[in-house]
Amino acid sequence: MADQSLPVGQGIETALDRTPAHSGRGTYLEVVHSWIVTVDHKKLGILYIAYALIFMLVGGAEAMLIRIQLIKPHNNFVTPFTFDRLFTMHGTTMVFLVGMPILFGFGNYLVPLMIGARDMAFPRLNAFSFWISAFAGILLYYSFIGGVGLAGTGSAPDIAWFAYAPLTEKAFSPGHTTDYWAISILASGIGSIGTAINIIATVFCMRCKGMTLMRMPLLAWLYATMSFLVLVAVSPLTACQAMLLIDRYLGGHFFDTQAGGSAILWAHFFWIFGHPEVYVLVLPPFAFANEIIPVFSRKAIFGYPAMVAASVGIGFISLGVWAHHMFTIGMTSFGNAFFTLSTMLVAIPTGIKTFNWLATIWGGKVRFETPMLFSVAFLFQWVIAGLTGVMLSVSAWNWQLHNSYFVVAHFHYVLVGAIVFMIFAAIYYWYPKMTGRMLNDTLGKWHFWLMVVGFHVTFDTMHFPGLLGMPRQIYTYEPDRGWNTLNFIISIGGFIQAIAILILVYNLVHSYFRGEEAGPDPWDAWTLEWATASPPPAYNFAVEPEVASRRPLWDLKHPEDPDSAFE
Amino acid sequence: MATIPLEHGTRETPWTLPSRGTVAMSCLITAESAIFTIFVVAYLYYMGRDVQGPTPKEVLEVPYFYTVCLLSSSFFIWLAEHAIDRGKMAAFRLWWGVTILLGLTFLYGTAAEWYKLIVHDHLTISTNLFGTTYYSLVGLHASHVVVGLIMMLFVMAFSLFGAVRPEHAYRVKTLALYWHFVDAVWVVVFTVVYVVSR
Repeated sequence: MADQSLPVGQGIETALDRTPAHSGRGTYLEVVHSWIVTVDHKKLGILYIAYALIFMLVGGAEAMLIRIQLIKPHNNFVTPFTFDRLFTMHGTTMVFLVGMPILFGFGNYLVPLMIGARDMAFPRLNAFSFWISAFAGILLYYSFIGGVGLAGTGSAPDIAWFAYAPLTEKAFSPGHTTDYWAISILASGIGSIGTAINIIATVFCMRCKGMTLMRMPLLAWLYATMSFLVLVAVSPLTACQAMLLIDRYLGGHFFDTQAGGSAILWAHFFWIFGHPEVYVLVLPPFAFANEIIPVFSRKAIFGYPAMVAASVGIGFISLGVWAHHMFTIGMTSFGNAFFTLSTMLVAIPTGIKTFNWLATIWGGKVRFETPMLFSVAFLFQWVIAGLTGVMLSVSAWNWQLHNSYFVVAHFHYVLVGAIVFMIFAAIYYWYPKMTGRMLNDTLGKWHFWLMVVGFHVTFDTMHFPGLLGMPRQIYTYEPDRGWNTLNFIISIGGFIQAIAILILVYNLVHSYFRGEEAGPDPWDAWTLEWATASPPPAYNFAVEPEVASRRPLWDLKHPEDPDSAFE
Repeated sequence: MATIPLEHGTRETPWTLPSRGTVAMSCLITAESAIFTIFVVAYLYYMGRDVQGPTPKEVLEVPYFYTVCLLSSSFFIWLAEHAIDRGKMAAFRLWWGVTILLGLTFLYGTAAEWYKLIVHDHLTISTNLFGTTYYSLVGLHASHVVVGLIMMLFVMAFSLFGAVRPEHAYRVKTLALYWHFVDAVWVVVFTVVYVVSR
């Protein structure tokens, strides 16, 4: 095979290995054991995704409780103590136990397959990273049973997801609920850094023959950028959790304002993590869009080099914008101007990406399957989320709206409207690869339309109480503020989204047993993961692939007109 | 079996990729540098903001000797890398051993300094901001020295049993990269703790 590509005797079928992985599934215990001891990147990817989906239901339930409490003024559904714990746990769960794991899960599953490798660079490190992240999640939620805090026993953390000092110091957060939070973030940070190292090593050292950097699927580029951001942004978070624990356990004074410590330093350190974290979460969804939109538009991605440059550019710019979370803390006018301008600068590379996606769809033979529907909704919502982002970057405007529901609406537009929508698209797109079965299309359409309607009812409306002055993180409000109807509508939208998510969960389970057989390449796609069976065998590729262009499967399917002749 | 003949330039050049150990260690060093940066920034930010003593001027002495020990160990580990590259295992063991000894000497220096500060100057991590930031930053570095020493001692033990052979040069070099990082960080920590703020 020295100077040949994949064999194409009878189409791509001959490249597939048809030996059954195992005859018979073994006993229940054997199956569980095989999942626990696995170092296979595909199984670990699925574990990450399953773990994140379970926590998504938990975090979603917390959001529903928050919305029930706020549905009318002076509601007594939950106590103020409980409300504080609910929004803290909702935020922490969604960022650290849902967003990061599910994106790492897809990365784990897809990166080696897409670059034609048989596993990640460090399979055992991969397993370690997953299990320490899983431990972090369990530790955080154990605080609901074992925590002792301001509200007595069975206290979850109540310090909000950014845990501003000095509220987290021993004097103001007695007991150990804050310790559960800090140690859990520390542990999940170690897991994230381990996986980030693994993804970078995989992308740079494990590519199959012919897969030069500029022929890699864009997904691999974006995951490498995201992993670099994890290295330089999550590490500071780990460092400041260590400082917080030194304060709490050893009597240190990092954030102890009475001994000269600084609360502002915590805010800086947290947002040095916190803002790049947004890009850690949004780059993989961009990566999904880069793979899904071309396939359903039947065109190659528009402007590949510009997309690479824009993605890496976003990564770098995102490191210099953190203090736009802190305009109201008080900075010099130079500081305000710098962070306003650097934040606006982010709009340039993201604008390049948006126009490239539009240019990819333009003139294409668009197939509106469920993954494409979610991608189109993502494009619209991402633009609106970006525009409110530019509004909030103006420090004078920001002073008016800081800590209001306008901010909450803005970042949920990014996190739900862009990130979650693209995660759903990715689930519909790659579920057939992971399980060998298609997700039910009718249920998928129901899920999509309910989700779009619910999303816009909730988060479009949420901007207005913010503009009317409703602060975030309040457990109730006075009836005479003009927020009543708006909050009622927001809550109803939330319930519609909850129904949509339950349909997805039902679909995931139902289709696993009853779904239509997918075959190796149900979408007629072009990247290497579709060149092997669904689900792929443990070794991924029977014959190590060799590529000559960005769309190796196009070359296989169209030998008369290969991409490699033009790149 | 029909195949697509591929006539591209890449076929003539052999397909080589960077080694995953080097890439992964560089990534780890990037992450560690970010952690150190945060602790260094905290140290500089809190410099001179103590509400009570002792201050760095009163109690800190510059550890010239131990600094020379640590920094020179980078040179000896480079000699060891050089030796294993050429298959000279006796020389490798000698230079590797010297590196470990220098690392242990440095660690003893840190321990002696802490003993003096705690017992004679009554400076602990909870005394004031200087204590908090000093023990955190120097302790963070010392913990990296400890991790490096443990790994190097493993290599030494394996080497004495004959399990480290010239074909393992690449792994030894990956570990050496970490040790070079630990030394380089000391340059920053030394400058910040003993030069700038003293």
